[in-house]
Amino acid sequence: MNDPTHGVHPVVELTGVVKRFGDRSGTEVTAVDHVDLTISDGEFFSLLGPSGCGKTTTLRMVAGLELPTAGSIRIHGEEMGIRPPNKRPVNTVFQSYALFPHMTVAANVGFGLEMRRVPQSERKALVDWAIELVEMGSMAHRKPTQLSGGQQQRVALARALINRPEVLLLDEPLGALDLKLRHQMQHELKNLQREVGITFVYVTHDQEEAVTMSDRIGVMHDGRLLQVDTPEAIYERPTTRFVADFIGQTNFLEATVAGADEVVLANGDRLRLSSEHASGSAVAVTVRPERLTVHRRGEAPADRHTVDGRVETVTYLGNAVVYGIGVDWMHLEVRCPATLAGERRDVGDDVTVSFEPEHAAVVTD
Amino acid sequence: MSKGVAKSTAEPMGASRWLLRGHSAAVFAFFYAPIVVLCVFSFNDSNAVGNWNGFTLGWYREFLDNDNIQKSIWVSVKVCLFSTAIAVVLGTAGALALERFRWWGQKAFDAVLYLPIIIPDVTMAVMMLVFFSETASWFNWIPGINVQDGLEKLVFSHVAFNISFVSVVVRARLANLDASMEEAASDLYANRWQTFRRVTLPQIMPGVIGGALIAVTISLDDVVVSSFVSAVGGTPLSVYVFGMLRKGVSPLVNSVSVVMLAASMAFVVASLVISRATGSEREER
Amino acid sequence: MPVEAPLGDAPARESVSEGATEVATPGLERQAERAKARQGFLLGLPAMLYLFIFFVVPLGFVVAYSFATRTRSGRTELRDFNLDAYARLGDDIIMTVAWRSLWMATVTTVICLILAYPLAYFISTRTPAVRNMMLVGVMIPFWSNFLIRTYAWRVLLDSDGLVTQAFQALGLGDGRILFTSNAVILGLVYGYLPFMVLPLYAAIERIDWSLVEGARDLYASGWAAFRRVVWPLSRPGVVAGSMLVFVPSFGAYVTPAILGGNKEGLLGSYIVLQFLSARNGPVGSAVSVVVLAVMLISTLIYFRAGGKTL
Repeated sequence: MNDPTHGVHPVVELTGVVKRFGDRSGTEVTAVDHVDLTISDGEFFSLLGPSGCGKTTTLRMVAGLELPTAGSIRIHGEEMGIRPPNKRPVNTVFQSYALFPHMTVAANVGFGLEMRRVPQSERKALVDWAIELVEMGSMAHRKPTQLSGGQQQRVALARALINRPEVLLLDEPLGALDLKLRHQMQHELKNLQREVGITFVYVTHDQEEAVTMSDRIGVMHDGRLLQVDTPEAIYERPTTRFVADFIGQTNFLEATVAGADEVVLANGDRLRLSSEHASGSAVAVTVRPERLTVHRRGEAPADRHTVDGRVETVTYLGNAVVYGIGVDWMHLEVRCPATLAGERRDVGDDVTVSFEPEHAAVVTD
Repeated sequence: MSKGVAKSTAEPMGASRWLLRGHSAAVFAFFYAPIVVLCVFSFNDSNAVGNWNGFTLGWYREFLDNDNIQKSIWVSVKVCLFSTAIAVVLGTAGALALERFRWWGQKAFDAVLYLPIIIPDVTMAVMMLVFFSETASWFNWIPGINVQDGLEKLVFSHVAFNISFVSVVVRARLANLDASMEEAASDLYANRWQTFRRVTLPQIMPGVIGGALIAVTISLDDVVVSSFVSAVGGTPLSVYVFGMLRKGVSPLVNSVSVVMLAASMAFVVASLVISRATGSEREER
Repeated sequence: MPVEAPLGDAPARESVSEGATEVATPGLERQAERAKARQGFLLGLPAMLYLFIFFVVPLGFVVAYSFATRTRSGRTELRDFNLDAYARLGDDIIMTVAWRSLWMATVTTVICLILAYPLAYFISTRTPAVRNMMLVGVMIPFWSNFLIRTYAWRVLLDSDGLVTQAFQALGLGDGRILFTSNAVILGLVYGYLPFMVLPLYAAIERIDWSLVEGARDLYASGWAAFRRVVWPLSRPGVVAGSMLVFVPSFGAYVTPAILGGNKEGLLGSYIVLQFLSARNGPVGSAVSVVVLAVMLISTLIYFRAGGKTL
C-alpha cells in the first residue's frame, strides 16, 4: 500500500498485518487485510474509515488487546510479537473511557504507575502533574460516576499519558460527546499532543475530525489501508474512488487511461492528466464541487476543461449555492460561493461547467 | 411501564382499577398475614394457638434454655459457615471461568451448573443419601474426615447446591461489567492477578457478598436434604424444628420459628440492600 | 513539565518469557488462544470437579439404584440389574400418588397464575420507586424459610387456629381444612406464589407499551387490548412461572408432611417413605428418576418456548 515514509524516526511499523476471525463452523472474517503502515515520531496520525473497516481492530493489535493472525508490529524497532498489553510501551484511551468506578480520579490516573511499582512519593507528584495537564485539578478526589462525559474523557487521557508511552492510542474517544464539546476537545487534544510530544494514533469514522486534527490520515475500507497521506493530499489527490467519496463531496467522471499523460473521458473528450495506471485501465476523474465553475453556455475560458450541460437543480445554502448539472452522460454537482439572485443560473439554463485539470485527480476502485 | 409511557393507558379505568388494587392488596396480605400471626402468637401466654391469653417472653426464654435447640443452632452455624465459604470460592471461580474465557466443555459445565438450582430437593436428598452410603468408606480414608458421624456430609451437600447459586449471582454481576475495564487495567501494566484483585474483584464484590448471603440463607433453611444426610445428634436447626413440627403445634415451636424466620429475612434484606447499593451507583452515570 | 519524568521509557524490558517476540503467524495466534483457554479451564476446574463428584456421580448412583436389587433385609445392592422397580411404577399405590401429585401441582399452578398475574401487572404500573418496594416485598417471603412459612399455615389451620375459628364464626362449616388436600394446595400456593409473580413481572415489564397504545388507538377496548396484545406478549413469563411452580409442587415433600398429615402424600412423601421406612431403595430411586425426568422435560419445554435465563 502507498505509504510515503518520512525519513523521521518511525515509532510504529506494521508490516503485512492480517487479522482473521473465525469460529468453529468455518465462517471466517478478514478484519484486517495485509496492512503496511509506518507512523513517525511525534505524529498525530488518524485511522479513518466507516464502521467495520478494521481500524479499531488494527489499533487493538498495536495495543496488544488482539493478536495478529500474521504480520509484524514493531514499536521503535522492537518486535511486539504476541506480547500482552501489559508488556507493551503503549497506552490506550478507550471509547467508553473504562475508568475504574470504585477508585477516585487520582487513583485511576496513578494506576499505571502503581502497577509499575513507582514509589508513592514520586507517584503523587506525577499524578498531580497529569491531572493539571488535563485541567481536572479540582476533581482529584471525585469518583468517575460523579463526572460528566467530557471530564471522564480527560481523566482517561491523563491516566494514559502519565505513563509516557511511546505511542498513545485513542479509540474514537470523542464519540459520546455532543457536537460543541467535541469540537472543543478536538482542539484541546491537538494542543495537548503538541505540548507533550507523544505520537498519537487516533481512530475515528468522522472525516471532519480526522482532517482537523491529524498530521497524516490513513483511510481504511474493508480491512485494507487505501491511502496514507496528509489531510490536504487525501482531499485534493485521492487515489481511490472510495477515499475520494468518503472525504467530503466529489464528482466522478468515468474515463479510460490513454497514456502516461492523458485520459479519455466517457464522452470522448481528452484530458491532460498524468497517472501511473496502465493504458486502457478503467478509471474515474474526480473533481470536487467547489473546483468547478458554472458559466453561461460557451463562455468558459479556453485553458480550462469544459463540459456542457443543463441546470437541473439549484440549492441555496446560505453561504453557497449548489447546482445539480445534468450532462448527457451523467450528473455533476457544482458548489459556488453565494451569488446575488440575479447572477445565479436557473433551472433549465444551458451552461458550461469548467475546471482546471490540476484540480482533478485520477482514481481507481 | 419501562418504556416511559404514561401509566394512565396501562392501568384500567373504572371498576377494574379498584378491583386490581384490591386484589394486589389482598395478595400482599396473604403473603404476610400468616407470618404476622405466627409472630404475634409466639408471645402468647398460653399453650393454645388460637386464643390470646396475654403477652409473654416465656417461650423465647425456653428457646434459649433448650439444650437440644442450642446444639442444633451451633450445628447450623458451623455447616453454614463452612459450606458458604467453600461455595463462594468455587462459585466465583466458576463464574469467572464461564464469563471471561472460552474453553472446551464450557457449555456442558454451564448446563450442569444450573441443575442444582432447579432440581427438586427430594431428588437431591435421595442422591446424597445414596452417594454417601456407597462411598463413605472411601471418604474416611481422608484424614480428618469422618463421614458417618461428622458434619461432613452436611457441608458437602450444602456446597453442592450453593455453588450454583453463588455462581448465578456473580455471573450476573460480571456480565454487567464493562469488559474494557479489564482491558484498560492490562493496558496499564497490570498482570492477570493484579487485574482481578484491583479491578474485577472490587466490582463484583457486591455480587459475591450477595451470593454468599443467599448461600447462607439456603443453607440455614434447607430441610429435606439436610434431614437425609445429618447424623443423629448432629442435626441442624431446620431439621430439628421439622421434627418438632410434625409432632404438632406448640408455642415453643412458634418462638423458634420466629427466630429462624427473622434471621432468614434479615439475610435476604441484607443481600438485597448490598446488591442494590452498587447497582444504583451504576445508574448515576 | 514541571517534574522530570523518572520513568524513562516503557516498563522494564524484562526477558519476556510470557510474550515471545517472534513475528505473529497463525500458529502463534492459536497458541496464545489455547493458552488462554487453558487458563479458563483451570479456573473452572475446582467447581467442575466438585460438581462432578458431589452431583453428577450421586445422580448416577440414583439411576443405578433404580435398576438395582433390593435384598430381603432392605439393603440395595448394585448387582443383577433389572427393571423391577420401574415395573412397580404401574402399581395402584404409586399411580394414585402420581395422579394426585399431578392434579395438585396443576391446580396449584393455575391458582398461582390467577393470583399472580394481576399482581404482577399492577406492580408494573407503579412508579419505579414503588415498584422496587413491592418487588422487595415479594422477594422477602420468596427467599425466607419455606418450612416456617408453611408451618405458619399449620398454626392458622389448627383446631383452634385463627382461620378455623373464622370459618366457624362465619358459619362456613366446621373449618376442618387441615389434613385435607385443600390444605396442601393452600400450602403449596402460599409457598410457591412468589415463584410465579417474579417471572410474570419480568415479562410484563419488558412489553413495549406503545404496542398497547397503538391497539387502543385502533379502537380496541381495554379488555381486547389485553387479550390480543398484553397476554400473548407476556407468555414467556407465564411459561417460566408455571414451570417454577409446577416442578417443585409435583415433587413436594415438606408441605404435605406438615399440612397433609399422613393421608395426602405426594410423590415427594412417597419417595421419602421408600427410603426411610419401606427401605426400598430401587423403587424410591425409580420414582426419583421419574420426578427428575418431569423436571428436565419442563426445562426443555421452557427453553424451547424461548426462555433464556431463570
